Amino acid sequence: MRKSPKDVVESARSVSRRGLMLGAIQAAVVGTLGWRLKSMQLDRADEFRLLSDGNSIKLRLLPPARGLIHDRHGVLLAGNEQNYRVTITREEAGDVSTVMARLRHLIPMTDSSVAALMAEIDRRSAITPVSVADRLSWDEFASIAVNAPALPGVTPESGLSRGYPRGGDFAHVLGYVGPVSDYDLSKIENPDPVLMLPEFQLGKVGVEAKLEGILRGKAGTRRVEVNSAGREMRELSRIEGEQGATVQMTLDAGLQNFAIQRLGGESAAAVVLDVQTGDVLTIASSPVFDPNKFVRGITSTDYGTLMNHDHRPLADKTVQGLYPPGSTFKMVTLLAGLESGVINGGSRFYCPGHLQVAGRRFHCWSRGGHGSIDPVQSLEHSCDVFFYELAQRVGIDRIAEMARKLGIGVRHDLPMSAVAEGIAPDRAWKRAKHEEEWQVGDSLNASIGQGYVLASPLQLAIMTARVATGLAVAPRLVRAVDGVAEPAPDFPDLGINPMNLRIARGGMDAVMNGDRGTAAKSRILAPEWRMAGKTGTSQVRNITAAERARGVISNDQLPWVRRDHALFVCYAPVDAPRYAVSVVVEHGGGGSAVAAPIARDILLFALAGGLPPLDAYPPGQRDAVVEMRAKLRLDTPEPPKSARVRA
Amino acid sequence: MTYLDYKVAQTPTGWRKILHLNWPLVFLLAAVASAGFLMLYSVSGGRPHMWAEPQIERFAVGMVAMIALAFAPIWFWRSISVPAYVVCCIMLLAVDLVGHIGMGAQRWLDLGPVKLQPSELTKIALVLVLAAYYDWLDMDRVSRPLWVLIPLVLILLPTALVLKQPDLGTSVMLVAGGGIMMFAAGVSLWYFAGVLAVVGGLVFAVLESRGTDWQLLHDYQYRRIDTFIDPASDPLGAGYNITQAQIALGSGGWSGRGFMQGTQSRLNFLPEKHTDFIFTTLAEEFGFIGTISLLTLYALILAFCLYSALTNRDRFASLLTVGVGGTFFLYFAVNMSMVMGLMPVVGVPLPLVSYGGTQLMILLMAFGMVQSAHVSRPRG
Repeated sequence: MRKSPKDVVESARSVSRRGLMLGAIQAAVVGTLGWRLKSMQLDRADEFRLLSDGNSIKLRLLPPARGLIHDRHGVLLAGNEQNYRVTITREEAGDVSTVMARLRHLIPMTDSSVAALMAEIDRRSAITPVSVADRLSWDEFASIAVNAPALPGVTPESGLSRGYPRGGDFAHVLGYVGPVSDYDLSKIENPDPVLMLPEFQLGKVGVEAKLEGILRGKAGTRRVEVNSAGREMRELSRIEGEQGATVQMTLDAGLQNFAIQRLGGESAAAVVLDVQTGDVLTIASSPVFDPNKFVRGITSTDYGTLMNHDHRPLADKTVQGLYPPGSTFKMVTLLAGLESGVINGGSRFYCPGHLQVAGRRFHCWSRGGHGSIDPVQSLEHSCDVFFYELAQRVGIDRIAEMARKLGIGVRHDLPMSAVAEGIAPDRAWKRAKHEEEWQVGDSLNASIGQGYVLASPLQLAIMTARVATGLAVAPRLVRAVDGVAEPAPDFPDLGINPMNLRIARGGMDAVMNGDRGTAAKSRILAPEWRMAGKTGTSQVRNITAAERARGVISNDQLPWVRRDHALFVCYAPVDAPRYAVSVVVEHGGGGSAVAAPIARDILLFALAGGLPPLDAYPPGQRDAVVEMRAKLRLDTPEPPKSARVRA
Repeated sequence: MTYLDYKVAQTPTGWRKILHLNWPLVFLLAAVASAGFLMLYSVSGGRPHMWAEPQIERFAVGMVAMIALAFAPIWFWRSISVPAYVVCCIMLLAVDLVGHIGMGAQRWLDLGPVKLQPSELTKIALVLVLAAYYDWLDMDRVSRPLWVLIPLVLILLPTALVLKQPDLGTSVMLVAGGGIMMFAAGVSLWYFAGVLAVVGGLVFAVLESRGTDWQLLHDYQYRRIDTFIDPASDPLGAGYNITQAQIALGSGGWSGRGFMQGTQSRLNFLPEKHTDFIFTTLAEEFGFIGTISLLTLYALILAFCLYSALTNRDRFASLLTVGVGGTFFLYFAVNMSMVMGLMPVVGVPLPLVSYGGTQLMILLMAFGMVQSAHVSRPRG
């Protein structure tokens, strides 16, 4: 089709007209786009910038290092150890099974644990690190780090985990930490967000739990940039957390270790108090368990063993265990009698070996009787009839009042779990508790620390310290926090006549140093460490008249759980008391035979600041002492000089 | 018009043609493509081998191809327009068949060493065949119904084939590109008004019918419309991409976060960050200064095409230039509108910037034809 020149001109004009229209439309569209850009990027930029930052910037918590716990000399009792662990991330690993197979050459893993791990990896999102192995040795950790190129997705990580270098010695008093459970969180109102961190550890029992507030420290924060999948890309800023407070305990690691060893796996407890300051030097419950196992996650077999052990290693017998104090309670009854004016230092009672009260016969431990007995002798010989006579005249309410004054039946404020109050029974207590009237027989039982009376080893040590000083000694466990010493306590006077106290102390001295003292065999010869004490043997069963007729079966012939508890309380030196000790050996038999030597050895160790010279012991005891020492596996720590805290 | 009608004496020949290229256009194309290289480098996180280097290689080849094509006389393009169109339709058919056998969407044709995306080629072939048609057609017949029907068939045949792939984005581009050609050729505005009225009525009917007995679309399709109108209504679902894209775009502010500092793209909040959504990264990193500059470059390319078309007295050459410019315009306008939330998301790349070999090569070859039209334009 051939066109005329006119056509060509016409068509060209048509194109240019429409072309211009097209250009105008395109210009309008471009203008609209530009306008939209301006409104989004200039007018609403702040709004979008906020959204963008919210997308990509996340706040992450840095777990704080837990506060350290030292003994009174700066020996580390609870610290933080490097925990080397390895995690795997599916997305980066690619072929997980190959990587796991290579890992097994480097760290030991069982088939079943690998299978469980593979299931876990599959279940988690591809970018979530899954922990493969925990608590690796440095060598294992290093070998994984060196082989990193062959192990895609495997990240060696190190974090802090609680460790108790003294093993089981402080398991009961310090307690342990563990992972935060849902139950823990449910108990806390407004929980610290750091508790949500997967590896975070929380104090579960004991000092670790009670001082959680100061031990935990403050979490730091990191601002990190994350991608759309939540993976961290880089760190923008970092505020380090604050380590928890360093707590210095009043405890003495060497003495505690000696006490634990000396208790020798018996179901027993020992408490050592500094009578001047109330410092708890030792608070030992036996047998012990390893708190490190709890931190690492105890196996069910190990836990079952601990739970089923008839010596109850998990129980803290020092503050949770309540025992009839037996004859160690006699100082209370005696002081109640002296203070009430019922008797004085010269009063005497006659002991024919038993006492008939309200149609019931109450026996003295000495069947033949002690004859005429004064207050000092009542303790020296531990005559029961003396106290039966006294109790009838004094009345239970005044005995209970004295018991509370001396720290029994009163809750003492220590940062430990389930501190028991004990029972100092009186009329009101029995009415409230048993809805029965108090009987005179109850008073007689209570007067020798049987019946309703219950005290913990801690309370017995406090009682002893209070008798020894006449002051309201209160125990304390924390000596300093972050190097700042707790103020030295200024104990108020108990308000007991010093004359009467002197009689009670004289009795306790006679127990050890009198010719016929019940614990004379365990006396300390060294004059500067001369000790005073009181034995106790508390029945865990009633001896029936029929049994008594047949002749009381000796403890050795009874099954363990039916044997008597052996108790002993003591302090030394008698002229200027420094330490008070209480020892309870559950089902140990007699207080003088079993508990007294243990208490004496612990007291001597405290006084001598280590194993005392043999000539501190009576000559007849030295062979036994040497034999005993050979069995001990002591681990006396060397206190670090630099870590000493000014007291 | 045949080649004899050209005023040969005034048209440059041989190597001299190179002096008569539309050089401003060449530099503008290179400038836009360079912005693209930068952005591809940025979104790859500084790993040029991923996208930036291949793109640079293809661009270099494309530029050489463009200049080579510019040496071809304009009549050559007209003479191959119909065969090119036919070949494209056959290839589309082939892709549909292969795709049908492969039980899935297929856009690529594997020709041994070369993988071809025939739908991309078709856009240019359609421009060529429509330009040739209107060059051949008498001016007074342009708006007659029968002569309007023929180009409609020419447009809708490949559109239907592409839609079957299925590739909605390219189908829309083909219809719109064809529409621009018909508009430029002078088809009566009443036809366009009619089409707009029908489309408007349809949209109205669709929206009005919602919730009634005669509802025209499925519920999920309405939800997609909701998401388009207000992406924030479903920020984690279908609206996620567009919401994140807008956040990236808006957060750029006046001057942006700086090269390689865009958090949205680098942290994978953005979808398709190296292809369809690359504009958002540019917006985030270079801010309004960057986006308005790119928009200006695009507008200048359009302006040079339009000027070249208006000053070209050869109707085929003029329509070809308008068609290529129009296609180019559709690309960037649709892409930008999409990422700015002015249009629903359709898969259209940002021309010369988005990563993609076929698209880049074909666009540069199309500009080669524009250059050819420019060089060969009747002078005087």
